[in-house]
Amino acid sequence: MLDVQEKLKEIGPYVPGADDDMLICRCEEVTKGEIRQAVHAGMFTIEEIRRYLRTGMGLCQGQTCGKLVKGIVAKELGVRPNEVEPAVSRAPMRPIEMRILAEDGGERE
Amino acid sequence: MKIERYDLIVIGAGPAGLSAAIEAAKQGMKPIVFDENAKPGGQLFKQIHKFFGSKEHKAKIRGFRIGEELLQEAEQYGVKVVLNATVIGLYPEKEITVKIGEEVKHYKGDSILVATGASENMVTFKGWTLPGVIGAGAAQTMMNLHHIKAGDRVLMLGSGNVGLVVSFQLMQAGCEVVALVDAAPRVGGYGVHAAKVARLGVPFYLSHTIVEAEGEDHVTGVTIGEVGPDWNIIPGSEKHFDVDTICLAVGLSPMSQLLKQAGVEMKDTPGGYVPVCDDFGATSVPGIFAAGDVSGIEEASSAMIEGRLAGARIAEYMGYMTEEKRLLRAEELEAALSSLRQGMFAPENRGKLVEKTEEGIPVSMNLLQKGYIAEDEIERYPGVTHTVGVHPVMECTQNIPCNPCQDACSKGCISIGENITSLPVVVAEAKCVGCGMCVASCSGQAIFLVDEESEPGYGTVTLPYEFLPLPKEGDKGVALGRDGQPVCEAEVVGVRSAKAFDHTNLLTIKVPSDMTMKARFFKRETA
Amino acid sequence: MADRIKEHPILGESPEGRVVTFTYDGKTLEGYEGEPIAVALRTAGVMTHRYTAKKHEPRGVFCAIGRCTDCVMVVDGKPNVRTCITPLREGMCVETQYGATAKEETL
Repeated sequence: MLDVQEKLKEIGPYVPGADDDMLICRCEEVTKGEIRQAVHAGMFTIEEIRRYLRTGMGLCQGQTCGKLVKGIVAKELGVRPNEVEPAVSRAPMRPIEMRILAEDGGERE
Repeated sequence: MKIERYDLIVIGAGPAGLSAAIEAAKQGMKPIVFDENAKPGGQLFKQIHKFFGSKEHKAKIRGFRIGEELLQEAEQYGVKVVLNATVIGLYPEKEITVKIGEEVKHYKGDSILVATGASENMVTFKGWTLPGVIGAGAAQTMMNLHHIKAGDRVLMLGSGNVGLVVSFQLMQAGCEVVALVDAAPRVGGYGVHAAKVARLGVPFYLSHTIVEAEGEDHVTGVTIGEVGPDWNIIPGSEKHFDVDTICLAVGLSPMSQLLKQAGVEMKDTPGGYVPVCDDFGATSVPGIFAAGDVSGIEEASSAMIEGRLAGARIAEYMGYMTEEKRLLRAEELEAALSSLRQGMFAPENRGKLVEKTEEGIPVSMNLLQKGYIAEDEIERYPGVTHTVGVHPVMECTQNIPCNPCQDACSKGCISIGENITSLPVVVAEAKCVGCGMCVASCSGQAIFLVDEESEPGYGTVTLPYEFLPLPKEGDKGVALGRDGQPVCEAEVVGVRSAKAFDHTNLLTIKVPSDMTMKARFFKRETA
Repeated sequence: MADRIKEHPILGESPEGRVVTFTYDGKTLEGYEGEPIAVALRTAGVMTHRYTAKKHEPRGVFCAIGRCTDCVMVVDGKPNVRTCITPLREGMCVETQYGATAKEETL
């Protein structure tokens, strides 16, 4: 288990960047700066970041930003992208109306 | 709740999924294929260029025709394809949930093949969310499926095969491509694809990237800049273009989320997040298989073979095929697959600079940096020779797995030999009759027929031409060089179209003799 | 404004669908029945499909295959309809989406 405090010390404080206002998650409108700050707040996994910032939680389900977010987190942590713990994959994989999902399993015969 | 059961469920009706279903159906299985799109075939129906490879890879056939053949074969073997069916969940018990219409349906498979393909990677820059910034796939979809122009003036980011092929397709659809830009220092895709874009006059900006997409409500312009060694833009290197469309072709990533959800062992590779599979697509979960781009990005030709390998393996797993029979089939398929994975663009060469061909000839650096072969480089390749009378000039200078030109010539003028990646060689003893079959057969449009002196002081060049309007005999204009710049005046002295050429028209232009090794495209004089 | 390709060097003459009319933010437009709504809009010069909820930024077609969901609009009163993969039908009511509704003032 990674020691969060140790790692935070290692990566140092959050330093604002010139492109912090760059939009990364197009659906939930999350910027690069918000993702970077989340890392410095101790969120090192995609799972935590998406729960906190909603990156990849919008209509497209991270189809566009998934790789971008991972790259930013990796850079902030000073690791390779494949060392960042990926998010859990769960259904539904595509946008679906709650009504349809709610009726799943119901009798429609 | 009702649950339907199938011996094989395939997710994705693209080249890999359909091929696997066909292969399994041939052995007596009754596969069902789900696809979220309204039409089957995956990306094949957007591919209007001729494919590379050899006969068994369906080389020189255009992608959408291969798609049609695949659909016919699927129908012939009774493969059931369900469209507008979005698989939203895959569970380790080999159960899937599918949204069809207004309902979520449940299906259980004795085996499941995931062939969901890939999605496009994106890059960020100021203004990247503006309408008018689109993926290269979007451009292909608009032009080749829905028959509308993707834009009037387009800038392409990405010099891989997708960026190059789509740039050419944009020009075919009547769009103007103002520049092809890539942050990498070298062209990533096939040199022949780059050359056919460069000779149309599209400038290549390697080591450049997009600084900003401009516009209020939609794209009206773009600024690019040169990338310095620290990956920052070199101040003062910025260039502006008026464009209405910016097309992004910066790679693909496997769409492997369903496999992960099913609990399959995954690995994070530089090419994306992929399932750990054996050579036949079997994942760590017994009965769950993967094939095509979802297990690693390659070409559609490889995806089709991977699909067949997995289909046969599934048939064996389900007891429809003996191991012995399956291994025989696999041997045949693996040979075809491994030949596609050879040459300069083989998976192990990804990102590497290959400086010499297999023949030991230095690779054209101009081709890698500007998209075309320089005049002082072209003569060193075995496809480029000089003789009296008409003869083929093959500007094929990289080792790629492709050999239709050798079979196209009934006179034996062209030799590639046993090794499919070898550069084509002109056979000096054979006599070219100028039939043009080689020109039309070359998927890279890299073959020209040259007669250096057809009449005193003048010669002819026959070149492949896939644009409209088609010039007519007697049309006057300018000949363009490999760099797309005018080299001399030219007159069209012949236009040939034939069924065997499959929409590649052969344009013969007359130019001064000393221009026959320079003139590689024709542009009509515009008043 | 994206033109329709009348004739293509490889694909030949483009098929002509049945012309249907639909409304876009109250204006009457034409398109071919069954083609994606986004295609018909583009031939009419419509680039902006929606404005985002937080930053009110314009968005349009990005992936054109139903993945990115940037092209969503309010269609027949239903928000978040992916116009790049939803077939056009006679009489459809297509509206620019602001956040998640068709009403600009809700932003």
